[in-house]
Amino acid sequence: MAAHAQEHKSHTKLIWKVFGILSVITIVEVALGIAKPEALHLTKILGTSPLNIIFLVLTLVKAYYITWFFMHMADETKSLRRAVVWTSVFLIIYLATLLLIEGSYINDVLGPLVKWNY
Amino acid sequence: MEATIATETNEKPWGGGNNKPLGASYGKMMMWFFILSDALTFSGFLIAYGFMRFKFIESWPIADEVFTHFPFMHGAHAPMYYVAIMTFILIFSSVTMVLAVDAGHQMKKAKVTFYMLLTIIGGAIFLGSQAWEWKNFIGGSYGAVQLNDGKIIQFVNEDGLQVALESFVISSNSERAQHTKSRGLWFVEETALSPFTVEEVIASFEGHPELTIRTELLNAETKTKTIVPREQAMSYLNEAKQVVVGANLKVNEYGNTLFADFFFFITGFHGFHVLSGVIINIIIFFNVIIGTYERRGSYEMVEKVGLYWHFVDLVWVFVFTFFYLV
Repeated sequence: MAAHAQEHKSHTKLIWKVFGILSVITIVEVALGIAKPEALHLTKILGTSPLNIIFLVLTLVKAYYITWFFMHMADETKSLRRAVVWTSVFLIIYLATLLLIEGSYINDVLGPLVKWNY
Repeated sequence: MEATIATETNEKPWGGGNNKPLGASYGKMMMWFFILSDALTFSGFLIAYGFMRFKFIESWPIADEVFTHFPFMHGAHAPMYYVAIMTFILIFSSVTMVLAVDAGHQMKKAKVTFYMLLTIIGGAIFLGSQAWEWKNFIGGSYGAVQLNDGKIIQFVNEDGLQVALESFVISSNSERAQHTKSRGLWFVEETALSPFTVEEVIASFEGHPELTIRTELLNAETKTKTIVPREQAMSYLNEAKQVVVGANLKVNEYGNTLFADFFFFITGFHGFHVLSGVIINIIIFFNVIIGTYERRGSYEMVEKVGLYWHFVDLVWVFVFTFFYLV
């Protein structure tokens, strides 16, 4: 990624740009979290509310910017990048899928047994 | 070909030699793999939180009703604002860290020193903010009653808004004190007494016809807690076991015990990472000042602690999403 050619050049401009992007995303997240528009909060899509999916996508975008530009993952070799990123992404998705499915299953079984009236 | 390793021996076993597998120095690559394993630890915690949340999906506490405090605005209902500020503090200290790394690449010692100092200050402010957040969470805001089967009952007024116990419960000012060793009761142990007894709460509740209660159960359509009509409230309160104010690992006024347990554990583990990050940053800061890296001819050490510091920020992005937003 031509990292060494630019090693001694300042990246200050890029850093402030990334900071701007991260700030805007955070402000959007907070605004949505406070407003909670009913059309996004109380409807359902893909098993959860559209609002939750927006939050999840924005979080992943933030994670991408932090890893790629603050941690300089973009400047590492392809093999190091894949060794770290693919491993973590695969294992996290794998564990999350299994445990969340299991959690809803337990809820299906136990939920009806919980008493809410006295 | 970039993954090819040329073998070369070196007298210093921890130096890593001059081999650069994957194009990174020994220390930097090891920092990346440490971060990978630490990321998996954190995701294990967060996924466990998700598991329990899905298990109790119909009664999980609503974050907006738990984290409502803001400095100098006592009693105001201000969800999200405070934690948004905390997020900004951490992101900003990440920016100053990456500026320090950038200055290090250009061998500008004064700039590295200045940005490292800003990063340390940012980290310290974040830690203080987190301590304040914990203090509010532990202290509680309204108080609640726990039933014999462990469920939490909260009090609401006719508008459906939560009401603090102090605002309506009349204490009988009993002389009963906490049993402690210092009072000569070495043979019994007791946790701190709650400010009111169950009997006082029930008696005061009967004297306030405008109040009613709500359960932990979420209404799936409106995503709000279920309010019980006042006529049925007494059959719930007859089951009351204890008055709960605030949160600890055994019981909390916000709802499910596991919510507080995961909050303490995950934000605590993250806070511990921030603390160790600040300490490591301070060590590197002084090394920069005394010119260690100037003599070494490379500020790579700043880059390595920078990686750790950004990782702490990265984790906070996820904690923020899963504890406060989703």
